[in-house]
Amino acid sequence: MAVVGTPVKRTEDPRLITGEAKYLEDIHLPGMVHAAILRSPHAHARITSINTAKAAAQPGVLAVFTGQDFADLPALPCAWQAGGVTNHVNTPRVLEIDKVTFTGAGIAVVIAENRYIAEDAIQLIEVDYEVLPAVVDAEKATQPGAPQLHENAPDNIVMEWECGSADGTAQALQAADVVVRQRLVNQRLIPTSMEPRGTIAQFLPATGEFTVWVTSQAPHVMRLLMTAFVFGIPETKMRVISPQIGGGFGAKIFLYPEYCLIAALSKKIGRPVKWMESRSENYVATTHGRDHITEIEVGAKQDGTITALKVHTYANLGGVLSTIAPGIPTTLYGRMLSGAYKIPHIYCHVSGVYTNTGMVDAYRGAGRPEATYVVERAVDLVAHKLGMDPVAVRRKNFVQPNDFPYDPVGILNGLKYDSGDYDKTLDRALEMVGYDRLRQEQAQARQQGRYLGIGLSSYIEICGVAPSAWIGLKGEGWGAGLWESANVRVHLTGKVVVTTGSQSHGQGHETSVAQVVADELGMPMSDVIVQHSDTLGTPFGYGTYGSRSTAVGTVAVHRSLQRIKDKAKLIGAHMLEAAPEDVVYEDGKVHVKGSPDQAKTIQEIAGAAALAYDLPAGVEPFLDDTSYYDPPNCTYPFGTHICVVEIDPETGQIDIKRYIAVDDVGKVINPMIVDGQVHGGIAQGVGQALWESAVYDDNGQLVSGSLLDYALPRADLLPSFELDRTETPSPVNPMGVKGAGETGTIAATPAVVNAVVDALSPLGVTHIDMPLTPRKIWQIIDAHSNGGD
Amino acid sequence: MWPSAFEYQRPVSLAEALQVLSDHEDAKVLAGGHSLLPAMKLRLAEHEMLVDIGRLSELKEIITIRNGGVKIGALATHAEIAASVDVQRACPALASAAGMVGDQQVRNWGTLGGNLAHSDPASDPTTVVLACGGTIQIQSASGSRSVSADDFFIDLFTVDINPGELITSVELPDLSRHKSAYVKMAHPASRYAVVGVGVVLEMSGNTCTSARVAVGGATVKPTRAPGAESALAGSTLDEAALNAAADAVKSDIADMLIGDMNYPEDYRQEMAGVYLKRAVRAALS
Amino acid sequence: MKVKMKVNGTMYERDVEPRMLLVHFLRDELGLTGTKIGCDTSQCGACTIHMNGRALKSCTCLAVQADGADITTIEGMAQNGDLHPMQESFWENHGLQCGYCTPGMIMTTTAFLKDHPNPTEAEIRHSLEGNMCRCTGYHNIVKAVKAVAAANAGGD
Repeated sequence: MAVVGTPVKRTEDPRLITGEAKYLEDIHLPGMVHAAILRSPHAHARITSINTAKAAAQPGVLAVFTGQDFADLPALPCAWQAGGVTNHVNTPRVLEIDKVTFTGAGIAVVIAENRYIAEDAIQLIEVDYEVLPAVVDAEKATQPGAPQLHENAPDNIVMEWECGSADGTAQALQAADVVVRQRLVNQRLIPTSMEPRGTIAQFLPATGEFTVWVTSQAPHVMRLLMTAFVFGIPETKMRVISPQIGGGFGAKIFLYPEYCLIAALSKKIGRPVKWMESRSENYVATTHGRDHITEIEVGAKQDGTITALKVHTYANLGGVLSTIAPGIPTTLYGRMLSGAYKIPHIYCHVSGVYTNTGMVDAYRGAGRPEATYVVERAVDLVAHKLGMDPVAVRRKNFVQPNDFPYDPVGILNGLKYDSGDYDKTLDRALEMVGYDRLRQEQAQARQQGRYLGIGLSSYIEICGVAPSAWIGLKGEGWGAGLWESANVRVHLTGKVVVTTGSQSHGQGHETSVAQVVADELGMPMSDVIVQHSDTLGTPFGYGTYGSRSTAVGTVAVHRSLQRIKDKAKLIGAHMLEAAPEDVVYEDGKVHVKGSPDQAKTIQEIAGAAALAYDLPAGVEPFLDDTSYYDPPNCTYPFGTHICVVEIDPETGQIDIKRYIAVDDVGKVINPMIVDGQVHGGIAQGVGQALWESAVYDDNGQLVSGSLLDYALPRADLLPSFELDRTETPSPVNPMGVKGAGETGTIAATPAVVNAVVDALSPLGVTHIDMPLTPRKIWQIIDAHSNGGD
Repeated sequence: MWPSAFEYQRPVSLAEALQVLSDHEDAKVLAGGHSLLPAMKLRLAEHEMLVDIGRLSELKEIITIRNGGVKIGALATHAEIAASVDVQRACPALASAAGMVGDQQVRNWGTLGGNLAHSDPASDPTTVVLACGGTIQIQSASGSRSVSADDFFIDLFTVDINPGELITSVELPDLSRHKSAYVKMAHPASRYAVVGVGVVLEMSGNTCTSARVAVGGATVKPTRAPGAESALAGSTLDEAALNAAADAVKSDIADMLIGDMNYPEDYRQEMAGVYLKRAVRAALS
Repeated sequence: MKVKMKVNGTMYERDVEPRMLLVHFLRDELGLTGTKIGCDTSQCGACTIHMNGRALKSCTCLAVQADGADITTIEGMAQNGDLHPMQESFWENHGLQCGYCTPGMIMTTTAFLKDHPNPTEAEIRHSLEGNMCRCTGYHNIVKAVKAVAAANAGGD
């Protein structure tokens, strides 16, 4: 019986629900010592002196180091230099030596017998700073007179990047019946995986080999970047292991200074060294997400047809660049600005900017939520301007089923949307929410002075981020491929081990990949083990992000499975004394066509292949296949989310009454896991709309520096979500899968904002910047009731 | 997450605890630890010595006293107070406020005494102790004294306790024939009160003969609102009286407001008015 | 300072610094690493255990305060190889993804159900106010707790 498409319980759960799973902080090595890092309390300063003597003299302290001790190591690589950023690159050093550009930058490190002692010693390090003026706002940082962060980046510009047609869009805006202009702030967020970051490194002098355990979504990439770009050693001299990982949401993709620092220290000290980030450190030293200031102009005809979209965005990239920072607000943002719609003229210009704030890089969705927010707000602004129902404007502009493959006027740099039926998810969502009846209720509520709002978001996601020729394109991409790999090995007893270059940190790959193997090879899932996250023994992989593990990584597994079956047919035919072309592989057996009784099981064939004393001529022993899959295109999930809110007019508090999500992520392997991904994504998207906000004061101090101030969504602030799905297979890959990791985050934010704006639209409200705090809402309502207009 | 080192003492009796505190002026009292340890973990607070009074059973009792009021030992936890029939009878607003502190884990171990001594302005029980006219019993090696809640709260994180002293209990009057309530807007991150309002109303028929109103969260310390009390007293608590009281509470607290990035002073001030009305309505329902 | 406590039915005695947090004691001294640390402000609840039958954030308690206590951690929830019904239900209902908040979630919700055997969804959500999850949006956690409550009610 097929298991693909069924809600199989996750095979990784038993170790997680019992506390047996070993996360980074749970690993203890003999002789291990502990590191604590002194971080800059200033956002912009020169370091004039550091005195570590008192700290080093503390009992239990092994050593104290400063940036000077690592002056021979280069600054970290920036792997995605989109938009001609080459001359403006500034990245963190292992420890900063003479200057800091954000609060939380590492200055010195203490190694001690335990973390308590290390923290004591940190307090004893004396640092003199020459504090410099700071700038935290990306737009202000580009203005004349702003503090300058880096000599090689005049006006703090990281890059100027554009896509689409400036002239065509300008002309179309001129010709439009209506033009709506709006400033949209997509505020900075803190990813906040429940497990912070950490690393353990061990160096063996006899072999000159490092073993590095690290909280990484991309262990192979960590090894590549550390060995080739920082330490200058062959990658064979380093093994990188991602143990059990407690969530990532993008922030664990990147190479961070601490990972290189701890590896270097393990060699200097000659003992294994562990560093685990505290949550306070996590908030200042781990990457943030979003932080765009955007001006849009959208043109439309009277009938609701959108004719042009012009976008300028200041993207705040922080004090220094994280690993792929410039790629997020460019390729993954500007190229997505057509959304689910046929917009004939699009132009996007992005100014990437340095400011005295923490690094900004991919956070769940990474560019696509920002783009979707622009597009979905723009559609509602057009609807409001024309007095049309937002549903009607969406329908009017949707890419239609017969338009696929659809080229969004060239802005995707040659790629085309793969497949979809956007009206179908919209129809289903409207049906689930009872749209017409709800609009009547809303009208009645308005009569009673109540603020009921309905918000839609008909998004597309561009995921399965891969085609190497596209993502790696010089001057645009990150100068590397994004294929994935897999190895499938059927052992002598018929048990299967799959190794994959993908990395699972909550997504359930061990289950979903095993489902695919079980169906393809026709064996129980319990006979399949999926291994990942260790550079020793797994093929190279670029890692897990961009909703690409299924659409790229699992497709690699699928490809190997086909080749395993082909080989099994050769061997099975030989065993059955039949011609290879006369046998088929079905339900775990190779049998002669038309004679299911004349069969050899995969287990029998695996045994024969492994023992190998009677194989057909020219066939190598063992059922073992490695594949490297580089898809021809990304995949394009889509859907419609609807949020229903009611606002408390006295306080401005927003109550989410219902949340409906109808997604199409292509073919589904495990609906339970897909639903879970959607639930979590929605919570994060709602979190951005209503509560979450990373705020720096003018001096560059992070005001929202802990979970006491940064409001993560909590259970009692959210409703249960109502989900459904349509299934439009992707033609891009043989499995028809698209990807589901980020849809919720992408769709939810504009759905909530659109709902709140809709609730307040009788007051003339057309836009409110996030987070939609009660105070902002209350001020609007209060001004209206006092203004009496 | 890694507190500084300190000397630790765990006296076995109240007398011993008071002696230790008397001998060590810099010693800090550790009760449930739910206010103290979070600050120590971040090294925002560092202490030479902690005196753990957590096991002094004489400080844990909740009992009904002669006048029908209730005496709550300093070590009674928020969960115990919320569940106490004595508190629910004499001072239901405090039982309800205790049930709104932090979360289930915090309520299990955080104590009323610790809460009062720490005096976070956004703490729920402290606001209600003030609204209810509670009395804080304090002991030291040299004697004991009691301080009315009206005098106890001095400033931000500052209360009337001297070195060597310990809160032993809080006495609350019998308010079973009053109408009382506590309502709050919880901060979405910290769960502390953005604004919390406690009201105690003495009623004669439909008329409110006297009122006590205390505001927390919005102000540097739990604060009485005399203007609002006057506006309520003598009224039938109709819409006009509630509006007048809401306006009054805003001026009552105008010079002691606090705020943060998303919930600044002006908003908290306005919400004090809104939550005052809600508190009165809750008390009457 | 010497501390002695019963953890998951076994008596342990260790000599520790007074400043050692209970969560570090359990993890580093006893090797019971199932209890997690997710914040430093006592917000996230990943470190929740049971002390003397009541849920406690073990990051907000010194090991010396727990001297003499009876403690249960996530490692003590399964009995004789049988998962606790709450563990089963989290598995069955996909109440976890990365798993990091899960031990704390299971400890909090089991303590909650002892006092509230028949909770509404709102009560369940409220009971989770001291536990944060970044993966599930809480949807399936709430479902898992509901399922255990329903099974308990059916079993009476």
